[in-house]
Amino acid sequence: MITWQEFKDIFLNGTWRQNSSLVQILGMCPLLAMTTTLVNGAMLSLATILVMALSGLVVSLLRNLIPYEIRIPVFILIAAALVTMVDLGMNAFMHDMYLILGIFIPLIITNCIVLARIEVFAAKQSPLQSFFDGAFMGTGMLWTLSLLGGIRELIGNGTLFSGIEAVVPSLHHLQLLPESYPGFMLAVLPPGAFILLGCLIATKNWIEARAAARAKLPPPTPANAAGCH
Amino acid sequence: MTFGKEPSATGLAIRTAVILVLFVSVFTAALAILHSLTEPAIRASAAEEEMRAINDALPRELYDSDLLADKIELPPTADLGQDQPSVAYRAHRGGLPAALVLKAIAPDGYSGKIHMLVAVRVDAGHVGELAGVRVTEHKETPGLGDYIDPKKDKNKAHPWIDQFDGQSFAKLPEKTWKVKKDGGQFDSIAGATVSPRAVVKAVKKALAWADANQERLFAATDKKGGQR
Repeated sequence: MITWQEFKDIFLNGTWRQNSSLVQILGMCPLLAMTTTLVNGAMLSLATILVMALSGLVVSLLRNLIPYEIRIPVFILIAAALVTMVDLGMNAFMHDMYLILGIFIPLIITNCIVLARIEVFAAKQSPLQSFFDGAFMGTGMLWTLSLLGGIRELIGNGTLFSGIEAVVPSLHHLQLLPESYPGFMLAVLPPGAFILLGCLIATKNWIEARAAARAKLPPPTPANAAGCH
Repeated sequence: MTFGKEPSATGLAIRTAVILVLFVSVFTAALAILHSLTEPAIRASAAEEEMRAINDALPRELYDSDLLADKIELPPTADLGQDQPSVAYRAHRGGLPAALVLKAIAPDGYSGKIHMLVAVRVDAGHVGELAGVRVTEHKETPGLGDYIDPKKDKNKAHPWIDQFDGQSFAKLPEKTWKVKKDGGQFDSIAGATVSPRAVVKAVKKALAWADANQERLFAATDKKGGQR
């Protein structure tokens, strides 16, 4: 089973210490494409949480049957099959939800973080831990992409929560800047995402460096980004 | 993994190959089963959505016939962007032809094909006038090019796609059926011109095809009149 300490460690790793977007810098392709608005970023992350938790669980259950030499093709096979199953299942049984999340689901398999967490975590740990690792890695992505999407949307269009009508019909997006705001295309286009992501990474490092200085500890060495984006 | 003795390279290769094939077979079988289980439900919701899209493209007050029951099969038609056989729906009002709903595909969207419904009026005084256009299926960039679908359009009062309502070649000369950026008459959002350009081009071609063929299509209706 899982101890409280383990659970806390997995939670902190996923949402902060090993945050997929800010520390591991994985999944850049969906990040750039989908964080044009807050709602899009959050929706993609929610779909990713589902797929990552499931793939962690399934790979961990099957880990003793998978030979080391062919683990990568098998992992990709499992993850891709799960994405397709979620896609089909949601389309058939939760059609309203599918109309909102549908276009995001096939994008998940382009996200390296799924394969990365299977390889470094689920292939070595027991099922429950792997399930939570996938879910919390997705949660880390959820707050980062929502924040990034929110900033891009606000700077780019002057609104927040646009598209929320599709999720909760009674809600309406917020017009935070005056209607006459001309918009700032750079923030909506991929280069703007890179610039803002850089700012977020710098902020995170600054917060950690300050905390480390207070604790009179040497600042943490940044984790090496894997060669996959 | 422990072995009684160190396996030979060939033995290892065969063993891993067999395991990989097993994994592929199991997961393919699982997908095939799930696909056949979900297919009826997916098809039913697709049909329901289609009726909803038709109602959006062709206002209910323009016809009084049972639209879904009155369809004709079309061969693959290049002008509609269809390389497969497709269907067209014919609407009548008081027994007279009222409108034609065509399925058109814009092949040159930003990410793949854009499927749409094009409703063309053929009632007296409005022949060749668009009743409406709706995008039914697309993969355009969310938040950027997807405003061609009014559900995703931020401008709820005047969605982009409403520009087509009531347009015809009589009102807008055929050569001005382009986005403004290309010197035409249709608005688009700066930085996201590829999707609207593809839609405008496909609608133009579909409307021209409808103008040229509507009499033939409705003549076919009369022949089948007894079956309706």
